[in-house]
Amino acid sequence: METVINMEALINMVLLTLLALITLGIIRVRNLFAVVVLTGAYSFLMASVMIVLDAVDVAMTEASVGAGISTVLALSALYLTKTEEAPPRYTAALPLFVVIGTGAVLIYGTYGLPHFGMADTPMNTGVGADYLARNYQETGVPNVVTSVLASYRGFDTLGETTVIFTAGIGVLLLLKRFRQEG
Amino acid sequence: MRLDTILRVCAKLFIPFIFVFGLYVQLHGDYGPGGGFQAGVIIAAGVFLYAIIYGLSAAQRAVPKGLVEFMVPMGVLIFAGTGIYSFVVDTNYLDYNNLAHGDAVEGQHWGIFLVEIGVLVTVASTMIAIFYAFAGRGRQ
Repeated sequence: METVINMEALINMVLLTLLALITLGIIRVRNLFAVVVLTGAYSFLMASVMIVLDAVDVAMTEASVGAGISTVLALSALYLTKTEEAPPRYTAALPLFVVIGTGAVLIYGTYGLPHFGMADTPMNTGVGADYLARNYQETGVPNVVTSVLASYRGFDTLGETTVIFTAGIGVLLLLKRFRQEG
Repeated sequence: MRLDTILRVCAKLFIPFIFVFGLYVQLHGDYGPGGGFQAGVIIAAGVFLYAIIYGLSAAQRAVPKGLVEFMVPMGVLIFAGTGIYSFVVDTNYLDYNNLAHGDAVEGQHWGIFLVEIGVLVTVASTMIAIFYAFAGRGRQ
């Protein structure tokens, strides 16, 4: 058991270090093509982190949306513009201060969270435990994620689908209008 | 990229498997990870790959633009229509218990199946429509 935990910690450390390095790379690099490729690599690493956390659904979404579709969309947007980032016009002091301040507050906030995987947290004892207990008798669907998303919280998923629909229509309206003018 | 034989052949080999994997993720969502959203994105990625390798006009012959833009609202309508139908069979909105003549578990299966189809249709077609809109503009 001891070696298993150490192995997981090691994998986490490697993944998180690579994530930090890629983030630094994204900040430093001025070539936008390289930034898009690095963002794709970031998404694949994030998907691996999600698999370590046993969130396979999220990992699948991150790999296909973050690394696949966003990369292609960013590349096709890049085709329409220049591939070099313009040099910054203002000093980075204020943004840096805001980012470091927000980061520090968020890290401070994590000390108030329960430890990872604790069984007696509100999300594991409240409605989550209720879904796990009732799910199979009520829906006959072994995968609780699917039954919660589509059945118990159907309204929520309907809202999400409508958000995707609205976003798609918005992008289409914007791009089509510009194409007709230009 | 149309002249690159290796890319063309590899894409031709991969694309059918990408679509079958998308359908697997969609239809197997009750038992394993996945569901409408993931499947929609995977199927859209298959179309993207086809468009990148074989050109936008070839992709728009296979998956016409009008069809894609028609499917964007259709998915939401399938989802919302399942909810409306659950009114017709005397339950609350999006309550699937009565969808299959009173058998609650069977009704839940049907409800989840229909709703996931709605999500798949909207997600896949929205992604493809956005890609068509970007790729169709050309450099100005």
